[in-house]
Amino acid sequence: MTEIKSKPTRDGYGDALLEMGAQDERIVVLGADLSDSTRAAWFWQKYPERFFEFGIAEQNMLNAAAGLSLVGKVPWVSTYGVFVAGRAWDQIRTTTCYSNLNVKIAGAHGGISVGPDGATHQALEDVATMRILPNMTVIVPADYHETKKAVIWACKHYGPVYVRFGREPVPMVTNPDDPFIMGKANQVTDGRDATIINNGPLLYQCMQAVEALSADGINVRLLNMHTVKPIDRDAITRAARDTGAIVTVEEHQVMGGFGSAVAEVVVQSRPVPMRMIGIQDRFGESGTPEQLFEEFGLTADNIQSAVADVIKAKKK
Amino acid sequence: MADPKKIEELQEIARRIRCDIVWALVHAGSGHPGGSLSATDFTTALYFHTLQHDCTDCCWPERDRVIFSKGHVSPLIFSLLAEAGYIGREELKSFRQFGSRLQGHPNLECPGIEVGTGSLGQGLSIAVGMALGLRMDGLSNRIYCIMGDGENQEGSTWEAIMSAGHFKLDNICVVLDNNGLQIDGWVEDVMGLQPIADKWRAFRWHTIEIDGHDMAQCVDAFEQAKQVKGQPTVIIAKTVKGKGVSFMENRAEWHGKAPNAEEGRQALQELACPAEYLDF
Repeated sequence: MTEIKSKPTRDGYGDALLEMGAQDERIVVLGADLSDSTRAAWFWQKYPERFFEFGIAEQNMLNAAAGLSLVGKVPWVSTYGVFVAGRAWDQIRTTTCYSNLNVKIAGAHGGISVGPDGATHQALEDVATMRILPNMTVIVPADYHETKKAVIWACKHYGPVYVRFGREPVPMVTNPDDPFIMGKANQVTDGRDATIINNGPLLYQCMQAVEALSADGINVRLLNMHTVKPIDRDAITRAARDTGAIVTVEEHQVMGGFGSAVAEVVVQSRPVPMRMIGIQDRFGESGTPEQLFEEFGLTADNIQSAVADVIKAKKK
Repeated sequence: MADPKKIEELQEIARRIRCDIVWALVHAGSGHPGGSLSATDFTTALYFHTLQHDCTDCCWPERDRVIFSKGHVSPLIFSLLAEAGYIGREELKSFRQFGSRLQGHPNLECPGIEVGTGSLGQGLSIAVGMALGLRMDGLSNRIYCIMGDGENQEGSTWEAIMSAGHFKLDNICVVLDNNGLQIDGWVEDVMGLQPIADKWRAFRWHTIEIDGHDMAQCVDAFEQAKQVKGQPTVIIAKTVKGKGVSFMENRAEWHGKAPNAEEGRQALQELACPAEYLDF
């Protein structure tokens, strides 16, 4: 794996909006004073008449998006994951989701890799608060290409969607030509000894772990599962049946997050040992993404150890 | 000025709607009479005089929109929709029952409802989005938002008020049902809001203050609001919680409690409702 280019997933959001904005006049974008960071500003520059600045007032922005959807627009609200999935949760629940409105939510700066801004700005709970809402679709793309495809898909689909992306450049490891099927995982490698199920931008670390394990004669299936909800039950059940051990990987609290979502399927369909890589019930802190991955146990080495450990548990 | 005959007609409709409210509440055994009865007169003026709508086509694109930010006044909302012909009057008996389209707080199951509401402080933001979208498309439909005074305590309400003023949304008209009471007591004791009109004006709104039980004033206020350009309008309607039923008037405990059969009979009698309402 050499010469892999990197780009922030948020750039995929910005580019997808430009592309879809040209095709579909119903698309409007709402910002809350963070339009440059979220890349919503790219749309703003191109289509100023379809961009609305709401200032630092996320609750109002969310329900204004609901109102816009009720008169036929396809609104994208753009702000940091912490400020939307936490602060405006009741608006999302009781207005958008209860009435099943066509509101698209872009949760930027997801995960610990936000880095130096520290715990207040690192969204580590947004997947949990969004996935428990009826009617909501939750997608955490792995890289730039997948983000772009997810946003384009969401523009064409009716109903509430939460798409989460990050601040930092991440290796573009998915193939731009791969299909994006909402709710379906893409298999990256196959193996019989264990399955790693990745959700989000730690995919490259997962691939490194798979390669290292392979050198030790351990063959791992790697699934890249961008959709948290509706979750790909078939792929999870097959992984449990075929490999007997699962490690989930996410840049989010494992409690209530993607690991929990996978476990909900595993325990009800085919119980097998699991390990969950992710944030273990802690707040984040300032640092470089690399320092934080190390501190919070999100490195390729951590994934490799978790796989070795879960294989041991399977043999007991 | 509104035609006196029309005013009398509206007053008669309002009386029938109050009968429906009490009747639906007795059948339901729970619900919110206080705010329903305080908001009856101006909403009657709105639905049966001002509003552009079509009960046979609740999706008519050119209709005006009504958002009840105070979704708990569902007895009033469903009674208005029954009177307007969106639903049958008999259906009011299913209010709050399992399997009914008439939920405790309104949702999209019921024709004539634009959006589900009930969590306070959310309706005006929805109106702001609708107003922006309709204005973008060059449409002149108006958006009416019915709010309680108590929900002015929600921070999100002020975000919405600020943005409607900022965006100069003259297609929005809010009616503030200023009955002065909330569940825990008098609004001024719970969390004072006065001077409320000054606050809205400071956020760039046009304000109209009326007696919310004077039908002619209600009708005129809606007409006046239509003429205001470059800013949204709030009609601050001074009302009496529980209006029309002596033992409910100005009593906070009737915010969210249904009358029992005996109380219901007394209320229907005070409202001079026809005998067929006494079917419980």
